[in-house]
Amino acid sequence: MNYLRRFFAKKSTTPKSGLSEKGLLLYHSTGEVIRAESLLKEAGLEVAVKGPPPDLRQGCDMVIEFPLLQEMRVREILAGHNLPPLRVAVAQDHVLEPVSLYHVKEFGDFLMVRAANMKITVDRRDQRIVNVSGGGCPDVPYLAEMLVGKRLHQAVEPRTMGQTLCGYALQLAFEEMIRRCPG
Amino acid sequence: MSWLIVGTVPRVDFPLTWGKYFSNGRTLAVNGLSVNVVRGTPALMATASVTAEVLGIDPPEVLLAGDTGLGQGSRDLYAYLVDNLDRVSHAGLTFHYLQPDVFWHNKILWGLEERVEPPILAADAGFMYVAKMSGFAAHYDLFTPDAGELAFLADENAPHPFYTRGFLLQEEEQVPELIARAHTGKNAARHLLIKGKKDYVVSGGTVVFEVDAPDVPAMEPIGGTGDSLTGLVTALLASGMDMARACRTAALANRYLGLLADPTPAHGVADLLPFLPRAVELALKKTES
Repeated sequence: MNYLRRFFAKKSTTPKSGLSEKGLLLYHSTGEVIRAESLLKEAGLEVAVKGPPPDLRQGCDMVIEFPLLQEMRVREILAGHNLPPLRVAVAQDHVLEPVSLYHVKEFGDFLMVRAANMKITVDRRDQRIVNVSGGGCPDVPYLAEMLVGKRLHQAVEPRTMGQTLCGYALQLAFEEMIRRCPG
Repeated sequence: MSWLIVGTVPRVDFPLTWGKYFSNGRTLAVNGLSVNVVRGTPALMATASVTAEVLGIDPPEVLLAGDTGLGQGSRDLYAYLVDNLDRVSHAGLTFHYLQPDVFWHNKILWGLEERVEPPILAADAGFMYVAKMSGFAAHYDLFTPDAGELAFLADENAPHPFYTRGFLLQEEEQVPELIARAHTGKNAARHLLIKGKKDYVVSGGTVVFEVDAPDVPAMEPIGGTGDSLTGLVTALLASGMDMARACRTAALANRYLGLLADPTPAHGVADLLPFLPRAVELALKKTES
């Protein structure tokens, strides 16, 4: 049996389809692309300027390819220099858009908001963040430890500490929770 | 059967370490280092350790690195594992919170498959994401997604659950359809333990068990209750239990854990651990027949 398993495992070592790990940053102008590329390279990110697919052209004939899992850090760097991209897309399948709907659940005094794979739960009586769950990237447990126990409106936003798409999803859930629990 | 858990601790100062670990309730000790049990891989480790004790087997070993999301700890761990694959004589491995990286994933997977007797491979969290992203999901024995992550597995183009299309919000109702899509697209492991309002145990694309009781809704918002499920199934597999029964027993035990602890959404997973031995005993009794 082991021989057979090994045989078949070796036969199928070519992936059926490798999915993209790259994202694309789109801007209005070439100048913005170049400035953004410089900023991201200075920050040590592996980025490259590429020609966009025809249907992704939105006024600029260049896009920046970047490691998708570092989207949150990329957005943070660019926002810090007042250079937010016009749009972010997945390199392989540009029709994919980030999750933009929220799932909200009530547990008595507690309110849970989910964005994509991340959930945040608040005690509405004192607006204390009581739990963070979901996700799979290593910044999630770190972000959870930074947030749990803090009052919602006094907590540091996840985007200032997170590094990954899970962290970015938690930021969206955090923002939706603030919208639903105004101070 | 010996088992290796591979994951991260959310601390920048935590060094790469490999060895046996010991559970002291809310903390774990590994090679003289102390780790708090809050959520993530430490929650998986604590649950596996307690469950192993109930089963009368040795607890798994662990390979850990500190990583708060920058990915360096994960990459150091990957490189170390690739350089030390000859040290992996374990019957199985459970991969957990790790920064997804296709290059390192493939090197590890191919190295493990070169073994004369390839180990049982289970993946959850970030390593499940990268296993799917790599196109090699079907080489794994077990994934433990929730319904949202199942939607990500079912979406052949999604590189991360953040970009999953078309299955928003109603995933729980679409689980059978999503299982079929993930399996047909070869984006699922050979077995799935899907956690949700109803848990599903899936073998080869077919649902073999459904577990929906006891139902404790407060378990969903508690960070680490998915990690506890993965810890349970890890220890049960390490005991030599067959995959389908191990998954069913783990799902039941995690539910009994909630029933016995009766938590609010403000509880932490460490608060539940004192109830784990009894929860495992109840689940084992239920799945004997």
